[in-house]
Amino acid sequence: MIYTFGFYLFSSILLASSIMVVFARNPVHSVLFLILAFFNTAGLFVLLGAEFLGMILVIVYVGAVAVLFLFVVMMLNIHMAELKYKLKEHLPIGLMVGIVLFIELIMAFIGWSVADGRAELASPTPAGIENSVALGQLIYTKYFMLFQLSGLVLLVAMIGSIVLTLNHRKGIKKQNIADQVARSRDEAVKLVDVPIGKGV
Amino acid sequence: MAITLFHYIALSAIIFTLGIVGIFLNRRNVIVILMCVELILLSVNLNLVTFSTSMSDMTGQVFSMFILTVAAAEAAIGLAIVVVYFRNRGSINIEKIDAMKG
Repeated sequence: MIYTFGFYLFSSILLASSIMVVFARNPVHSVLFLILAFFNTAGLFVLLGAEFLGMILVIVYVGAVAVLFLFVVMMLNIHMAELKYKLKEHLPIGLMVGIVLFIELIMAFIGWSVADGRAELASPTPAGIENSVALGQLIYTKYFMLFQLSGLVLLVAMIGSIVLTLNHRKGIKKQNIADQVARSRDEAVKLVDVPIGKGV
Repeated sequence: MAITLFHYIALSAIIFTLGIVGIFLNRRNVIVILMCVELILLSVNLNLVTFSTSMSDMTGQVFSMFILTVAAAEAAIGLAIVVVYFRNRGSINIEKIDAMKG
Protein backbone atom coordinates (compact mmCIF):
# COMPACT_ATOMS: atom_id res chain seq x y z
CA MET A 1 0.00 0.00 0.00
CA ILE A 2 2.69 2.45 1.00
CA TYR A 3 4.71 1.19 -1.96
CA THR A 4 1.89 2.06 -4.38
CA PHE A 5 1.48 5.46 -2.78
CA GLY A 6 5.23 6.10 -3.02
CA PHE A 7 5.37 5.08 -6.66
CA TYR A 8 2.51 7.36 -7.68
CA LEU A 9 3.87 10.25 -5.62
CA PHE A 10 7.40 10.03 -7.02
CA SER A 11 6.37 9.31 -10.58
CA SER A 12 3.82 12.13 -10.77
CA ILE A 13 6.30 14.68 -9.43
CA LEU A 14 8.94 13.28 -11.80
CA LEU A 15 6.62 13.64 -14.79
CA ALA A 16 5.54 17.15 -13.86
CA SER A 17 9.08 18.34 -13.25
CA SER A 18 10.42 16.86 -16.49
CA ILE A 19 7.62 18.61 -18.38
CA MET A 20 8.69 21.82 -16.66
CA VAL A 21 12.35 21.20 -17.64
CA VAL A 22 11.30 21.20 -21.27
CA PHE A 23 8.78 24.02 -21.18
CA ALA A 24 10.18 26.46 -18.61
CA ARG A 25 11.01 29.83 -20.11
CA ASN A 26 13.92 30.56 -17.83
CA PRO A 27 16.91 28.14 -17.97
CA VAL A 28 17.50 28.62 -14.23
CA HIS A 29 14.00 27.27 -13.55
CA SER A 30 14.77 24.39 -15.93
CA VAL A 31 17.83 23.45 -13.89
CA LEU A 32 15.89 23.61 -10.63
CA PHE A 33 13.16 21.35 -12.03
CA LEU A 34 15.88 19.00 -13.28
CA ILE A 35 17.16 18.74 -9.70
CA LEU A 36 13.62 17.91 -8.52
CA ALA A 37 13.38 15.23 -11.22
CA PHE A 38 16.68 13.70 -10.05
CA PHE A 39 15.49 13.59 -6.44
CA ASN A 40 12.28 11.81 -7.41
CA THR A 41 14.15 9.31 -9.56
CA ALA A 42 16.36 8.59 -6.56
CA GLY A 43 13.17 7.89 -4.61
CA LEU A 44 12.01 5.48 -7.33
CA PHE A 45 15.40 3.73 -7.22
CA VAL A 46 15.04 3.25 -3.48
CA LEU A 47 11.56 1.80 -4.07
CA LEU A 48 13.07 -0.58 -6.62
CA GLY A 49 15.61 -1.82 -4.09
CA ALA A 50 18.62 -0.07 -5.60
CA GLU A 51 19.50 2.08 -2.59
CA PHE A 52 23.14 2.57 -3.52
CA LEU A 53 22.30 3.85 -7.00
CA GLY A 54 19.69 6.17 -5.54
CA MET A 55 22.24 7.74 -3.23
CA ILE A 56 24.82 7.91 -6.07
CA LEU A 57 22.18 9.63 -8.18
CA VAL A 58 21.66 12.28 -5.52
CA ILE A 59 25.40 12.78 -5.01
CA VAL A 60 26.53 12.73 -8.64
CA TYR A 61 23.57 14.28 -10.42
CA VAL A 62 22.26 16.75 -7.87
CA GLY A 63 25.59 17.46 -6.22
CA ALA A 64 27.77 17.72 -9.31
CA VAL A 65 25.99 17.78 -12.65
CA ALA A 66 23.02 19.98 -11.76
CA VAL A 67 25.21 22.41 -9.81
CA LEU A 68 27.53 22.57 -12.84
CA PHE A 69 24.53 23.41 -15.02
CA LEU A 70 23.38 26.06 -12.56
CA PHE A 71 26.88 27.52 -12.45
CA VAL A 72 27.15 27.77 -16.22
CA VAL A 73 23.62 29.16 -16.66
CA MET A 74 24.24 31.87 -14.08
CA MET A 75 27.83 32.62 -15.13
CA LEU A 76 27.15 33.18 -18.81
CA ASN A 77 25.55 36.54 -19.33
CA ILE A 78 22.98 35.27 -21.78
CA HIS A 79 20.47 37.54 -23.41
CA MET A 80 17.27 35.73 -22.57
CA ALA A 81 15.12 37.52 -25.11
CA GLU A 82 17.28 36.27 -27.94
CA LEU A 83 17.16 32.69 -26.73
CA LYS A 84 13.42 32.47 -26.08
CA TYR A 85 12.28 29.82 -28.42
CA LYS A 86 9.37 30.47 -30.70
CA LEU A 87 6.95 27.83 -29.55
CA LYS A 88 4.70 28.16 -32.59
CA GLU A 89 7.59 27.63 -34.95
CA HIS A 90 8.92 24.43 -33.43
CA LEU A 91 5.83 22.94 -31.81
CA PRO A 92 4.46 21.07 -34.88
CA ILE A 93 7.69 19.20 -35.66
CA GLY A 94 8.39 18.59 -31.99
CA LEU A 95 4.93 17.18 -31.37
CA MET A 96 5.13 15.10 -34.54
CA VAL A 97 8.45 13.53 -33.58
CA GLY A 98 7.24 12.97 -30.03
CA ILE A 99 4.00 11.32 -31.10
CA VAL A 100 5.74 9.09 -33.65
CA LEU A 101 8.36 8.02 -31.13
CA PHE A 102 5.76 7.38 -28.44
CA ILE A 103 3.62 5.30 -30.81
CA GLU A 104 6.70 3.29 -31.70
CA LEU A 105 7.42 2.68 -28.03
CA ILE A 106 3.79 1.65 -27.40
CA MET A 107 3.91 -0.76 -30.34
CA ALA A 108 7.09 -2.34 -28.98
CA PHE A 109 5.36 -2.47 -25.59
CA ILE A 110 2.28 -4.26 -26.96
CA GLY A 111 4.14 -6.87 -28.97
CA TRP A 112 6.07 -7.98 -25.95
CA SER A 113 4.97 -10.62 -23.52
CA VAL A 114 6.27 -11.54 -20.13
CA ALA A 115 6.15 -14.95 -18.49
CA ASP A 116 3.66 -15.33 -15.66
CA GLY A 117 4.88 -13.85 -12.43
CA ARG A 118 7.81 -12.14 -14.08
CA ALA A 119 6.10 -8.76 -14.16
CA GLU A 120 6.07 -8.56 -10.39
CA LEU A 121 9.03 -6.76 -9.01
CA ALA A 122 11.31 -8.92 -6.92
CA SER A 123 14.40 -7.85 -5.05
CA PRO A 124 17.47 -7.18 -7.18
CA THR A 125 19.94 -8.27 -4.54
CA PRO A 126 20.58 -11.90 -3.60
CA ALA A 127 19.07 -12.90 -0.26
CA GLY A 128 21.08 -12.13 2.83
CA ILE A 129 23.31 -9.30 1.61
CA GLU A 130 22.73 -5.62 1.18
CA ASN A 131 22.49 -3.79 -2.10
CA SER A 132 25.80 -1.95 -1.89
CA VAL A 133 27.60 -5.16 -0.87
CA ALA A 134 26.14 -7.03 -3.84
CA LEU A 135 27.08 -4.19 -6.19
CA GLY A 136 30.61 -4.07 -4.83
CA GLN A 137 30.99 -7.80 -5.22
CA LEU A 138 30.19 -7.41 -8.90
CA ILE A 139 32.11 -4.27 -9.85
CA TYR A 140 35.31 -5.30 -8.09
CA THR A 141 35.37 -8.79 -9.58
CA LYS A 142 33.53 -9.38 -12.80
CA TYR A 143 33.37 -5.82 -14.06
CA PHE A 144 36.69 -4.66 -12.64
CA MET A 145 38.22 -3.56 -15.95
CA LEU A 146 35.05 -1.70 -16.95
CA PHE A 147 35.01 0.01 -13.57
CA GLN A 148 38.60 1.18 -14.01
CA LEU A 149 37.77 2.28 -17.53
CA SER A 150 34.87 4.42 -16.30
CA GLY A 151 37.31 6.10 -13.93
CA LEU A 152 39.53 6.78 -16.92
CA VAL A 153 36.55 8.32 -18.75
CA LEU A 154 36.06 10.70 -15.84
CA LEU A 155 39.77 11.58 -15.81
CA VAL A 156 39.74 12.33 -19.53
CA ALA A 157 36.60 14.44 -19.10
CA MET A 158 38.23 16.39 -16.28
CA ILE A 159 41.44 17.05 -18.21
CA GLY A 160 39.46 17.86 -21.35
CA SER A 161 37.25 20.43 -19.69
CA ILE A 162 40.22 22.05 -17.95
CA VAL A 163 42.14 22.28 -21.24
CA LEU A 164 39.09 23.66 -23.03
CA THR A 165 38.26 26.41 -20.55
CA LEU A 166 41.79 27.45 -19.55
CA ASN A 167 42.75 30.66 -21.30
CA HIS A 168 46.07 32.46 -21.24
CA ARG A 169 45.49 36.15 -21.79
CA LYS A 170 48.33 38.22 -23.20
CA GLY A 171 49.56 41.40 -21.55
CA ILE A 172 48.76 40.52 -17.98
CA LYS A 173 51.48 40.73 -15.34
CA LYS A 174 51.55 37.48 -13.46
CA GLN A 175 53.85 35.89 -10.96
CA ASN A 176 56.08 33.21 -12.52
CA ILE A 177 56.91 30.91 -9.68
CA ALA A 178 59.37 28.76 -11.66
CA ASP A 179 61.42 31.83 -12.58
CA GLN A 180 61.41 33.00 -8.97
CA VAL A 181 62.57 29.66 -7.64
CA ALA A 182 65.27 29.32 -10.30
CA ARG A 183 66.96 32.63 -9.41
CA SER A 184 70.47 32.35 -8.09
CA ARG A 185 72.08 34.52 -5.45
CA ASP A 186 74.38 36.22 -7.95
CA GLU A 187 71.64 37.80 -10.03
CA ALA A 188 69.56 38.76 -7.04
CA VAL A 189 71.95 40.66 -4.73
CA LYS A 190 75.18 42.56 -5.35
CA LEU A 191 77.70 43.21 -2.62
CA VAL A 192 79.14 46.69 -2.77
CA ASP A 193 82.06 47.98 -0.76
CA VAL A 194 81.14 51.52 0.13
CA PRO A 195 84.03 53.75 1.14
CA ILE A 196 83.39 55.83 4.23
CA GLY A 197 82.22 59.35 3.51
CA LYS A 198 81.65 58.86 -0.23
CA GLY A 199 78.36 57.06 -0.72
CA VAL A 200 77.65 54.61 -3.45
CA MET B 1 -3.39 -2.74 -7.88
CA ALA B 2 0.20 -3.68 -7.34
CA ILE B 3 2.94 -1.77 -9.05
CA THR B 4 4.50 -3.96 -11.74
CA LEU B 5 7.29 -3.75 -14.26
CA PHE B 6 4.96 -2.15 -16.79
CA HIS B 7 4.33 0.92 -14.65
CA TYR B 8 8.02 1.69 -14.52
CA ILE B 9 8.55 1.01 -18.23
CA ALA B 10 5.66 3.30 -19.16
CA LEU B 11 7.07 6.02 -16.91
CA SER B 12 10.53 5.82 -18.43
CA ALA B 13 9.09 5.74 -21.96
CA ILE B 14 7.19 8.96 -21.24
CA ILE B 15 10.28 10.66 -19.84
CA PHE B 16 12.36 9.51 -22.81
CA THR B 17 9.80 10.97 -25.22
CA LEU B 18 9.71 14.21 -23.24
CA GLY B 19 13.48 14.51 -23.54
CA ILE B 20 13.38 14.00 -27.31
CA VAL B 21 10.53 16.51 -27.70
CA GLY B 22 12.51 18.97 -25.59
CA ILE B 23 15.48 18.72 -27.96
CA PHE B 24 13.21 19.50 -30.90
CA LEU B 25 11.40 22.34 -29.14
CA ASN B 26 14.35 24.23 -27.66
CA ARG B 27 16.22 24.87 -30.86
CA ARG B 28 17.84 28.00 -29.45
CA ASN B 29 19.48 27.25 -26.12
CA VAL B 30 22.31 24.70 -25.97
CA ILE B 31 22.11 24.37 -22.20
CA VAL B 32 18.46 23.30 -22.27
CA ILE B 33 19.33 20.74 -24.96
CA LEU B 34 22.05 19.33 -22.68
CA MET B 35 19.49 19.14 -19.87
CA CYS B 36 17.14 17.20 -22.17
CA VAL B 37 19.98 14.75 -22.90
CA GLU B 38 20.33 14.30 -19.13
CA LEU B 39 16.60 13.54 -18.93
CA ILE B 40 16.95 10.89 -21.64
CA LEU B 41 19.87 9.25 -19.84
CA LEU B 42 17.86 9.34 -16.61
CA SER B 43 14.99 7.44 -18.23
CA VAL B 44 17.44 4.86 -19.59
CA ASN B 45 18.85 4.44 -16.09
CA LEU B 46 15.36 3.94 -14.69
CA ASN B 47 14.69 1.28 -17.32
CA LEU B 48 17.91 -0.59 -16.51
CA VAL B 49 17.27 -0.55 -12.77
CA THR B 50 13.67 -1.70 -13.29
CA PHE B 51 14.76 -4.70 -15.32
CA SER B 52 17.51 -5.42 -12.82
CA THR B 53 14.88 -5.61 -10.09
CA SER B 54 12.49 -7.64 -12.19
CA MET B 55 15.09 -10.20 -13.23
CA SER B 56 16.80 -10.29 -9.82
CA ASP B 57 20.07 -9.60 -11.59
CA MET B 58 22.53 -6.98 -10.39
CA THR B 59 24.13 -6.46 -13.81
CA GLY B 60 21.58 -3.82 -14.76
CA GLN B 61 22.59 -1.71 -11.79
CA VAL B 62 26.28 -2.03 -12.68
CA PHE B 63 25.61 -0.74 -16.18
CA SER B 64 23.33 1.97 -14.82
CA MET B 65 26.33 3.15 -12.79
CA PHE B 66 28.48 3.24 -15.92
CA ILE B 67 25.82 5.30 -17.68
CA LEU B 68 25.89 7.66 -14.71
CA THR B 69 29.65 8.18 -15.13
CA VAL B 70 29.36 8.75 -18.85
CA ALA B 71 26.52 11.23 -18.28
CA ALA B 72 28.61 13.18 -15.79
CA ALA B 73 31.59 13.26 -18.17
CA GLU B 74 29.34 14.31 -21.05
CA ALA B 75 27.81 17.14 -19.04
CA ALA B 76 31.25 18.43 -18.00
CA ILE B 77 32.66 18.39 -21.54
CA GLY B 78 29.47 19.81 -23.07
CA LEU B 79 29.32 22.70 -20.64
CA ALA B 80 33.03 23.40 -21.16
CA ILE B 81 32.41 23.61 -24.90
CA VAL B 82 29.46 25.96 -24.26
CA VAL B 83 31.63 28.21 -22.09
CA VAL B 84 34.40 28.36 -24.72
CA TYR B 85 31.87 29.04 -27.46
CA PHE B 86 30.25 31.82 -25.46
CA ARG B 87 33.66 33.36 -24.79
CA ASN B 88 34.48 33.42 -28.50
CA ARG B 89 31.13 34.47 -29.97
CA GLY B 90 29.25 36.16 -27.13
CA SER B 91 26.12 34.08 -27.68
CA ILE B 92 25.00 30.47 -27.43
CA ASN B 93 22.22 30.70 -29.96
CA ILE B 94 22.24 27.47 -31.92
CA GLU B 95 20.81 29.08 -35.01
CA LYS B 96 23.96 31.16 -35.29
CA ILE B 97 26.26 28.15 -35.21
CA ASP B 98 26.37 27.79 -38.97
CA ALA B 99 29.99 28.54 -39.87
CA MET B 100 30.40 25.13 -41.46
CA LYS B 101 27.13 25.36 -43.42
CA GLY B 102 26.49 21.67 -42.81
